[in-house]
Amino acid sequence: MSENWEPKIITFVCNWCTYAGADLAGTSRFKYAPNIRIIKTPCSGRIDPMFIVSAFEKGADAVLISGCHPGDCHYNEGNYNARRKFTMMKKLLETIGVDTQRVIFAWCSASEGIKFSRLVNDVTESIKKIGPYTEYHKLNQKER
Amino acid sequence: MARIGVFVCWCGSNIAETVDVSKVAEVSKSIPGVVYSVDYKYMCSDPGQELVKNAIKEHNLTGVVVASCSPRMHEKTFRKAASDAGLNPYMLEMANIREQCSWVHNDMDEGTQKSIDLVRMMVEKVKRNKPLEDISIPVTKKAMVIGGGVTGIQAALDIAAGGIPVVLVEKESSIGGKMSALDETFPTLDCSQCILTPKMVEVAQHPLVEIISYAEIEKLEGFIGNFKATIRKKARYVDVDACTGCGTCWQKCPVKVDSEFEQGLGKRKAIFIPFPQAIPSRPRIDAENCLKLTKDRCGICEKVCPTKAIHYDDKDEFIEVEVGAIVVATGYKIMPVSAFPEYGGGQYLDVVTSLQFERMVCASGPTLGDLKRPSDGKLPETVVFVKCVGSRDPEHHHSYCSKICCMYVAKQTMLYRHKVHHGNCYVFYIDVRSNGKNYEEFVRRAQEKEGAQYIRGRVSAIYKDGDDMVVEGADTLTNSQIKVKCDLVVLATAMEAPDGIKELAQKLGIGYDQHGFLTEAHPKLRPVETATAGIFLAGCALSPRDIPDSVSEGSGAAAKVMGLLSKDTLEKEGVVAIVNELTCVGCQNCIRVCPYNAIELKDICNRQGEVQRQVANVNPGLCTGCGTCTPSCPSRSIELLGFRDTELYAEINALAEL
Repeated sequence: MSENWEPKIITFVCNWCTYAGADLAGTSRFKYAPNIRIIKTPCSGRIDPMFIVSAFEKGADAVLISGCHPGDCHYNEGNYNARRKFTMMKKLLETIGVDTQRVIFAWCSASEGIKFSRLVNDVTESIKKIGPYTEYHKLNQKER
Repeated sequence: MARIGVFVCWCGSNIAETVDVSKVAEVSKSIPGVVYSVDYKYMCSDPGQELVKNAIKEHNLTGVVVASCSPRMHEKTFRKAASDAGLNPYMLEMANIREQCSWVHNDMDEGTQKSIDLVRMMVEKVKRNKPLEDISIPVTKKAMVIGGGVTGIQAALDIAAGGIPVVLVEKESSIGGKMSALDETFPTLDCSQCILTPKMVEVAQHPLVEIISYAEIEKLEGFIGNFKATIRKKARYVDVDACTGCGTCWQKCPVKVDSEFEQGLGKRKAIFIPFPQAIPSRPRIDAENCLKLTKDRCGICEKVCPTKAIHYDDKDEFIEVEVGAIVVATGYKIMPVSAFPEYGGGQYLDVVTSLQFERMVCASGPTLGDLKRPSDGKLPETVVFVKCVGSRDPEHHHSYCSKICCMYVAKQTMLYRHKVHHGNCYVFYIDVRSNGKNYEEFVRRAQEKEGAQYIRGRVSAIYKDGDDMVVEGADTLTNSQIKVKCDLVVLATAMEAPDGIKELAQKLGIGYDQHGFLTEAHPKLRPVETATAGIFLAGCALSPRDIPDSVSEGSGAAAKVMGLLSKDTLEKEGVVAIVNELTCVGCQNCIRVCPYNAIELKDICNRQGEVQRQVANVNPGLCTGCGTCTPSCPSRSIELLGFRDTELYAEINALAEL
């Protein structure tokens, strides 16, 4: 692990809650670690489990997924679908040997700017402790 | 070949302080496909937008990335500019380098690097974007108002005044709601019926308003601009068209039962109109108490009816109406005294609700305005009013304030003193909340000029002592316990969400809170809208409120309906799901997960018209673009336009190169 290694965390968020929550963190000037890159989808229900695998393939050290709290979905029940899907997905990831500590789910509403900034800091800290995801990256290189 | 332009905004120092904007613009030039990039102080300003427009034309751009604030701020602005310059607006994406970058990071290098990444992601996405067209859906120029109280009447009148036909659906057999049962209203002491009944007549006579009384919503299908409601017209056993409202039937009917309109203080017949000014002035038969319908005896009403309007075999009837917008004005109910056994509610006849007191003093009430207490008909010489019964009491009942009780109690003390000049009246209160136009002055009048005696404190017990009622409570201003002997106790019980409101909300697909009150889309800025487009709210369906507020909201909701229905078509974003019919296997996964029932099976037929197979088919009018269907498809045959797999994978892939 090099001295100045910084984790790369790909973040999938829904447009209505967490993206707005991230905007609120900005408007409120709550500083957080610069390690995340946000990809916006309309709803957490749109997030395909394959996005997670793909993110690891492309060199992510962790994937953070966040949407509206259960019951708050702008589309009524998209996040319930997401929750069911990712509960399944986590089991599958374990089976194929992906370190599930690196896949983080969190609910974050449009009014939770402070929660979003803390979430990013916490995730960044914990991934820094685990280190880069070299196992997966190596795996990927072999296949290439 | 993609020709992408990148426009990096300084936002004054908001972005430029922590992001090296010129470096971002410079590095962007090296991203494959980018043919033009520039940084500018305020991209959202008119010259900034001109810069974008000119570059689109000069460099023949096929896509644009604006790196600036959140798309929630200015996506519309820049997409409009792109559209003005002849570029499809969906070929413009924004990289959020302010809210999600410059404002949350301090370090210039980190901020700059992150901004470059965000630009690169959006460039890769926009390269794969497809031009989309907004969808225009036709609008049914007709509205439905649910609830025929004063709020619903106002909404219906205002919508009809704008030339839009309205269907007014009322649960009871007459419109008028709670206001029709009130005596006088604060703070002017207007006679409630005198100001309400002209409005009832106006709405009934309006050529564009159709009143469907004694009816409830059975089912709602469709979406904004295109709802289809199924209304259950409950069996009335009276043909309202044949009936002339002559009244012979209810004069001759031998069955007497407690009148709901009189709050149980008076009687009505088994065939009845709730009150003399009822609209429509057509009776209905109360099937639970009618001798003919329960025991197959009597049948007098049928015999005496001169127009043969009585039909004992009447059944519930279902009718469908197509409307473009809906106003829900379902009102409230008040807690009955029986909910408060500690106050003798349900045990002593002389403990009544304030709505019962309204009927007791009302000139059209069961005693024709002659104030008599229910137990023995005696004129009450002393009356005690108790406020906040069930309200502001989170330990036992409701946490909220019922809002109107402070005012109507002050009014009722006056009504009482106007009838009984020598009478005493006491009011137990926690606070006096009188924040409306002329409200404070009205309460002061009750206290200072009309002789109401206010005691600050809660009541602990109410019981009977001989002929008298005794109210025990605290006087927190003198710090003493007091007992008041009186003849009548009036409990200002809490306003509650009406029965069946949750079921209605679920049928309509709108939200409600823990109390059962319906939820507005935004408590401040969208107070009469729901989260479901095309359905609006007004009045006490939202929470307790007084008549002026309810009427204002009725008008407010009507204005929203008018705004929606003033156009022939409704524009909605082109972000909807589409199905690849060649690869779809018809597994119906997408149909199962769609929260809007926007996907149906469609037959694929051969030339002979024989069904070969079935595939999913999206109704773009119903689709809201959530994309939940997309990951559910095992054959990748359903895509969400604007967020297609290729576009999102492009964003992920862009990060690989970092």
